[in-house]
Amino acid sequence: MLEIKNLHARVAETGTEILRGIDLKVEAGEVAAIMGPNGSGKSTLSYILAGREDYEVTEGDILFNGESILEMDPAERAASGVFLAFQYPLEIPGVATMTFLKTAVNAQRKARGEAELTTPDFMRRVKTSAADLKIDMDMLKRPLNVGFSGGEKKRAEILQMALLQPTLCVMDETDSGLDIDALKIVSDGVNALRGPERAFLVITHYQRLLDHIVPDTVHVLYKGRIIRSGDKSLALTLENEGYAQIIGEAA
Amino acid sequence: MPAVQETIDTVARIDVDQYKYGFETLIEMDVAPKGLNEDTIRLISAKKNEPDWMLEWRLQAFERWKTMESPDWARLDYPAIDFQDIHYYAAPKSMSGPKSLDEVDPEILRTYEKLGIPLKEQEILAGVRRADEPSEFGSDDDSGVPPSEGSYGRRVAVDAVFDSVSVATTFKKELQKAGVIFMPISEAIREYPDLVRQYLGTVVPVSDNFFATMNSAVFTDGSFVYIPPGVRCPMELSTYFRINERNTGQFERTLIIADKGSYVSYLEGCTAPQRDENQLHAAVVELVALDDAEIKYSTVQNWYPGDKDGKGGIYNFVTKRGDCRGANSRISWTQVETGSAITWKYPSCILRGDGSRGEFYSIAVSNGRQQVDSGTKMIHLGKNTSSRIISKGISAGRSNNTYRGQVTANRRAANARNFTQCDSLLIGEECGAHTVPYIEARNATAQFEHEATTSKISEDQLFYCMQRGIPEEEAVALIVNGFVKDVIQQLPMEFAVEAQKLIGVSLEGSVG
Repeated sequence: MLEIKNLHARVAETGTEILRGIDLKVEAGEVAAIMGPNGSGKSTLSYILAGREDYEVTEGDILFNGESILEMDPAERAASGVFLAFQYPLEIPGVATMTFLKTAVNAQRKARGEAELTTPDFMRRVKTSAADLKIDMDMLKRPLNVGFSGGEKKRAEILQMALLQPTLCVMDETDSGLDIDALKIVSDGVNALRGPERAFLVITHYQRLLDHIVPDTVHVLYKGRIIRSGDKSLALTLENEGYAQIIGEAA
Repeated sequence: MPAVQETIDTVARIDVDQYKYGFETLIEMDVAPKGLNEDTIRLISAKKNEPDWMLEWRLQAFERWKTMESPDWARLDYPAIDFQDIHYYAAPKSMSGPKSLDEVDPEILRTYEKLGIPLKEQEILAGVRRADEPSEFGSDDDSGVPPSEGSYGRRVAVDAVFDSVSVATTFKKELQKAGVIFMPISEAIREYPDLVRQYLGTVVPVSDNFFATMNSAVFTDGSFVYIPPGVRCPMELSTYFRINERNTGQFERTLIIADKGSYVSYLEGCTAPQRDENQLHAAVVELVALDDAEIKYSTVQNWYPGDKDGKGGIYNFVTKRGDCRGANSRISWTQVETGSAITWKYPSCILRGDGSRGEFYSIAVSNGRQQVDSGTKMIHLGKNTSSRIISKGISAGRSNNTYRGQVTANRRAANARNFTQCDSLLIGEECGAHTVPYIEARNATAQFEHEATTSKISEDQLFYCMQRGIPEEEAVALIVNGFVKDVIQQLPMEFAVEAQKLIGVSLEGSVG
């Protein structure tokens, strides 16, 4: 489903190179975890997958369902099925969460040539998904993410993911700022979305999240390269031994 | 910052091409010679068939004007206007006298239809009635059966002003039944001279300021509204101003009087053809609210803003003032300003009556090379008066957007209250936003609050919206509409949707 080939990228403004030749394949139905110390390029990778323009791809390619997505803007990538759950979801003052959800769902449908959802249809879907994530409908009347707690923001991200039904879900440190209860709710939400047609790229610092969202593969990112890949036991090894050991071996 | 650049490019591309009202109506016009002098004033007065007192009033204003100078304190930069190089009167030839709707030149009717203002009484203003919804009331029948309360609120009576004359006023008869007078001011001067004389120039005195004084000398048409005591005006009233003729200024005058305990909601709209030259629009609007009366005045201003280099566009110098003359009266101004090359406009409230209340809600969008210097004055004179100012300025392109506001409390104005909130939103790197508040309290019990914010649409917000599949232009519109929501909510519902669309078009190029 996702194939990253020798990806090199730098910050557009400063020219600082961040990704130095990433190779990664994620199959449909797979949950791949990306781990690594601070500054290894994890968040940058998620932004580049989503099409953020502050970064320049200097070499390599990203294939999604066999096609390069490098020339697509973020909205086009979203409509084709790429979703990024933000580490720090943005506030949109004055725009009710419900309005935002409907705008996004219908914009994607429109881009794919599908008919827009009717309001009752849309409401039914929102209610079901919101209930699963223990989101109060009143929260959806508030402006998106404005005054939301950390847990509310992350749940709102997962709600958007559930409604937009992407095929590639990139999750950037979704566990940051979550207490154990919220982590459980968010993980349950994610697990409910797992399926043979959908792939996940779960970016995290800690093993903790991976106890709840159990990955099929684990990849260690360091200085813009993947230095080790393995199964879920690799995450446990990292938890016990830290990154130093692996980094030492790779160097 | 590539995305910022893209936003700027998007915004830059649109300012000219997106003005959808830039067409011209080709019609035979009766135009006064250029120049502002006694002859011009006498000609206007004669064309309008005015009584002598009106001509005298105009001539006195002209004498006064000759001694005055154009104000220069606003943050506006434009070449000196040659007031002798403008036509002060232009009217369609076919409009030699007041006409019924069937007699109006079809070309003019088509113009208003193109503008989305059908001048047929059975129709509702564009976009209000859904196609699948039957019109449940007849046109202008005299069956005597009053339409239901619900349907009343959805209709709008329109006075259409084309250059210097009013070409049609709808629903006049029905309004008369309620005792409401709604007619061109030129007609009111002839038909209700006492009423006009009693109030004209009492809110904006003849000598008030350079442009108001000029208007007093040469005003051509505009609307007159009188709501009798205790009457709630049965429908929205609206005036639609259109400048068409080349080298012509529009000088309209509107006077609205809400007698004791009455209520009226009034909406004003404006457009002009796209031209290389600058055209002058200098209007005066006076509102008078007596005891317990309420006037809600909304404006959607969409004059041609000029092209991306600042060529052409309307110079809009407007004096709007409301007098809360009676106790517990209330005046509220709501404005959505998207057009004009230059905007100089400060709709104000004089809170004279004890317990009166003034409100000002404004959205000012500037793009291209537009310059906006706009705001309000709340003059607290009476006891227990209150006012509220919500101003949202949105600057894009290379425009400049200034909020200028004055809040004062007189010595007598015990317990005066004001709340002011000025928010500015910047799109791109080359525009400017400025806030200039003047606050003066001469009564120790007055409480004035002022809040101001300036923000930019951040890259992060845009990226976030786009990541959810919302295209960039739609994302800008979504964020901007969130920003202006408090003010949009104040507009009559029918126009809120139109205003939202207009803001979208002004900013992002998605032609509606």
